[in-house]
Amino acid sequence: MTGPAIVSLREVKRDYALGAERVHALQGVTLDVASGDYVAIVGPSGCGKSTLLNLIGVIDQPTSGTVSIAGKRVDGMSDREATTFRLRSIGFVFQRFYLMPILSALENVVLPMAEAKVPPRERTKRAAELLDYVGLSARLNHRPSELSGGEQQRVAIARSLANRPSLLLADEPTGELDAHTGAEIISLFQRLNADGTTIVVVTHDEDLATAARRQIHMRDGRIVGDAFEI
Amino acid sequence: MKLTLAKASLVRHRSRTILAVLGVAIAAAMLLDMVMLASGMRESFRELLMTRGFEIRLAPKGTLPFDTDATIPGVRAVTDILRTNPDIETISPVMGASIHIPVGERNVSSAALGIDPSVQGDYELLLGEDVTRSDAIVANDYLLEQLGAKIGDTLNVATGYDPQTRSYTGQRRLVITGRVRFIYGAAQQPGSAMRRETLEGMVEPERRDRVSLFMVSLRKGADIEQARSWIAEQLPNVTAISIATAIAQVDQRLSYFRQLAFILGAVSLFVGFLLVTTLVTVSVNERAGEIAVMRAIGVSRAHVVQQIVIEGVAISAGGAVLGLALGLVTARYLNAILSAFPGLPVAIDFFLFQPRAAWSALALLIASGIAAGIYPAWRAASLPIAETLRREAIA
Repeated sequence: MTGPAIVSLREVKRDYALGAERVHALQGVTLDVASGDYVAIVGPSGCGKSTLLNLIGVIDQPTSGTVSIAGKRVDGMSDREATTFRLRSIGFVFQRFYLMPILSALENVVLPMAEAKVPPRERTKRAAELLDYVGLSARLNHRPSELSGGEQQRVAIARSLANRPSLLLADEPTGELDAHTGAEIISLFQRLNADGTTIVVVTHDEDLATAARRQIHMRDGRIVGDAFEI
Repeated sequence: MKLTLAKASLVRHRSRTILAVLGVAIAAAMLLDMVMLASGMRESFRELLMTRGFEIRLAPKGTLPFDTDATIPGVRAVTDILRTNPDIETISPVMGASIHIPVGERNVSSAALGIDPSVQGDYELLLGEDVTRSDAIVANDYLLEQLGAKIGDTLNVATGYDPQTRSYTGQRRLVITGRVRFIYGAAQQPGSAMRRETLEGMVEPERRDRVSLFMVSLRKGADIEQARSWIAEQLPNVTAISIATAIAQVDQRLSYFRQLAFILGAVSLFVGFLLVTTLVTVSVNERAGEIAVMRAIGVSRAHVVQQIVIEGVAISAGGAVLGLALGLVTARYLNAILSAFPGLPVAIDFFLFQPRAAWSALALLIASGIAAGIYPAWRAASLPIAETLRREAIA
């Protein structure tokens, strides 16, 4: 642990209805992630990694148990509270980048700041700085379709950092990238963590997992191993 | 940012957006035309009746002006009674008859009005002089064309013609003194007017001192309905028609027109609504992943809805503006066709542009565009974020 717990889950369960069946995606997960940590959640497909990430990211709610992020209970939050919380406190990076294809790289990074009502001049300046940080200062006005996969993911990372979140969540961030480009993203994550960003990443990518300081292994909706504990 | 996203989203599928705007424009044009048709003829008729400021018309009992050959007897007596009412300012008796004019081997027939030129309200003089002399006649362009005549020419005018013997009765030589336009005249209907005493002198004795119509104007501020009731009471053998009662009768006769216009207008509005709903639904379904990501990064549900609704409004507004132009052009074209209908006054417009009604109709269309966008937008913004992203990833 590098600081006080920024993520704290207690006996978290998440069930889904799949037709007539009930799927137990998480079966009593208890987890703490310290501020400044860099955690990789690994395990086979369908083990509940993404479900866990979604609960930490407050885009899903647990069936039971408690979830606290940055000292705040987020389970049971209303849609409005959860939206504001995600906007201010959490950055998301997705496997398929999910940039707005109709906006330029700069505008994509500006988007969360516009939503957070950051003054226009300030948000443009910060967006440019963030794109510079991820090495895309020369691609500010390019649309996603004009960028490579690695560049798009770097824009997505810049976007996730726009509102200075306390936590960065990434779901298979190298899943759509070739090995070389994936290595660049891994390196970028390490630099981000070194600069103080808490990162939780879900991945099948061994290189990305080993780059993390802590690895959590999951199977059948349970944590079956923790690198600090193994 | 919402505007930027909405604009960019519309531009992304340029041809689809253009087709949707065109579709809404057609619906808007039809809606506008139906609104113009629903109230146009009524308003146009009202304006026509008010052209010369005669608020009341007296027709033979149970008829409309010039609806039948019936006449009102005792012109002088009726005039004397009317003059006893201080609210009545002008009385214009109008006698109607047919005239026949030999032109070479041909006979040209025309409607003729016997009027008093100082108070007449049936025509406007375009050129020449009015019928100030007893041997004067004024004619409209169509009659002059049929006669091949011009101002200054003398005509042999008769009020009776037997086509079998080709003989004329009630003949008199009259000089064309002016070219006129009949306010209530139908398209391509030959028309003429002369002094009432001239026409009376040409018809059979039993038709003298009878008129087809009295037109009455009131002093400023007089109560029209009160004056009409007074006339109806004093002259039980005439039907006194005020502009309001005439419009009510026209309303009754045009009720099918209005119902048809209302139904077609409602259908147009509904088609516009469905078009925008369909387009917005297709658009948000395609962008379910994008919308889920926007929600995940903290964009509020309300802002997502607003952005999508803006797209619907933009399509509706674009369609409404284009539809306005299209509607005016088609209304003009249709009006030209319908106005040529035999027996209808040329001055009657079927499609009359009334800004307030037009803006209301187009505002209704834009409001339906907002309504059309709200449901699919709210549905898209309410999708479970995690589940939608999972489905998108699988897809």
